[in-house]
Amino acid sequence: MSDQIVETKMNAASVRVHYGAKEALKGIDLDIPANRVTALIGPSGCGKSTFLRCLNRMNDTIVGAKVSGTITLDDEPLYGDGAIDPVLLRMRVGMVFQKPNPFPKTIYDNVAFGPRIHGLVPDKDSLDAMVADALTKAGLWVEVKDRLGDMATGLSGGQQQRLCIARAIAVRPEVILMDEPCSALDPIATAKVEELIDELAESYTIVIVTHSMQQAARVSHLTAFFHLGSLIEVGPTERIFTAPEQQLTQGYITGRFG
Amino acid sequence: MPTVGEHHIVKSYDEQLKRLHDAISRMGGLAERQLELSMKAVETRDDTLAGEVVASDAAIDADEHFVNEQTVRLLALRAPVADDLRTVIASLKIAADLERIADHAANNAKRTLVLNQTAPLAPVRTLLRMGRLVQELLAQVLAAYLQHDAAQALAVRARDQEVDALYSSLFREILTYMMEDPRTITACSHLMFMAKNIERIGDHATNIAEMSYFLITGQSLADQRPKGDRSNTEGLAP
Repeated sequence: MSDQIVETKMNAASVRVHYGAKEALKGIDLDIPANRVTALIGPSGCGKSTFLRCLNRMNDTIVGAKVSGTITLDDEPLYGDGAIDPVLLRMRVGMVFQKPNPFPKTIYDNVAFGPRIHGLVPDKDSLDAMVADALTKAGLWVEVKDRLGDMATGLSGGQQQRLCIARAIAVRPEVILMDEPCSALDPIATAKVEELIDELAESYTIVIVTHSMQQAARVSHLTAFFHLGSLIEVGPTERIFTAPEQQLTQGYITGRFG
Repeated sequence: MPTVGEHHIVKSYDEQLKRLHDAISRMGGLAERQLELSMKAVETRDDTLAGEVVASDAAIDADEHFVNEQTVRLLALRAPVADDLRTVIASLKIAADLERIADHAANNAKRTLVLNQTAPLAPVRTLLRMGRLVQELLAQVLAAYLQHDAAQALAVRARDQEVDALYSSLFREILTYMMEDPRTITACSHLMFMAKNIERIGDHATNIAEMSYFLITGQSLADQRPKGDRSNTEGLAP
């Protein structure tokens, strides 16, 4: 994808997060470009997952977590006065987790769950269409179309993860957050998810946290390197992996760190 | 608090990169020596020395082969990034340039054997001047590479014009010489190829300067380099 300037989908300014007395994020400023894949990398405890969770207010559920600064989605604030309703926010900003976590329901019901509770569909036919569409976009339709009534937990790990992606996109989000979506998958399932990320980037804005530097290099357009709660460097992925500007970034990605 | 260190956490990675670096540094030394001895053989009309240069070419070929294999292994097994990636890519390209430099030097040594069978030619003096200049540039660019000196690499690149200008001038000198005395055409033709070889060595030194600059700074020198060689159009009617 070219380096042309794209519109900003989400913006973070001076974002700080405290877990009790501990400061987990020390003032993050970052633009998340629309229809691009942004990778967040950094060592464990650097704040990348904390930052990801700020983007759809997942930190609200953590006792003692306090978020300050501003985050916007299409210029609408996520926190503070006039904030987007969190339920609506999580429909617009979906999330896929590290371990596939399908509901203990059928494949169909997993995908239909979101559209049903958000009241997105008037009838069974349009729900069927929505489920088929989400499963197709997640690259799973061909594998499961004849057994939509089977339990989702019977799918392989890779299929379960793609089902979770289908479940996330069924509610037509604008942004998809992925927290190490492939760390529990084998290389083939990983490749399928990465191919899917490529395709999804055409319609969605994607933010992915990954411990695999090579995965960040393969799937993202923009890479942001976090360290000890600070954003050290952000730039086009190609530049970060060929000529990073910061010594810390270079030390981390080349393995001269610690 | 973690800090950025000199060394990779995986020690064998450091060792593999060091072996690559050592091979380039050894090849640089060999190429310099081959060029120096080939020019000395021309100057002293020494057949034995010329023969030694021709025979020594195999060593540098073996080193280039090693660099190629090591590069493929590092790319496949380590997936290097950032300065490590630039080191591996620069090594691969610099090794190819050094191998070509040594080839040109060996080719000049072979042609020396022909020159030595005829009376000394006056344009050889200009060839020797060109040789000294290119030797200087090669030494300077290898120092720039080994010391990670981007400014020095740029300085070498800027001086390639001097080589080109000298080559154009030598080209005209040899043409005049042949026109004056057609009996010198055989030897002069060899001299022409020798001048071209030295000019090419200058180009390879420039390539090494550009790769070194990329290795050190991460920036590639995309713009057209200055050109001073007008021999391509020598004799072309206006």
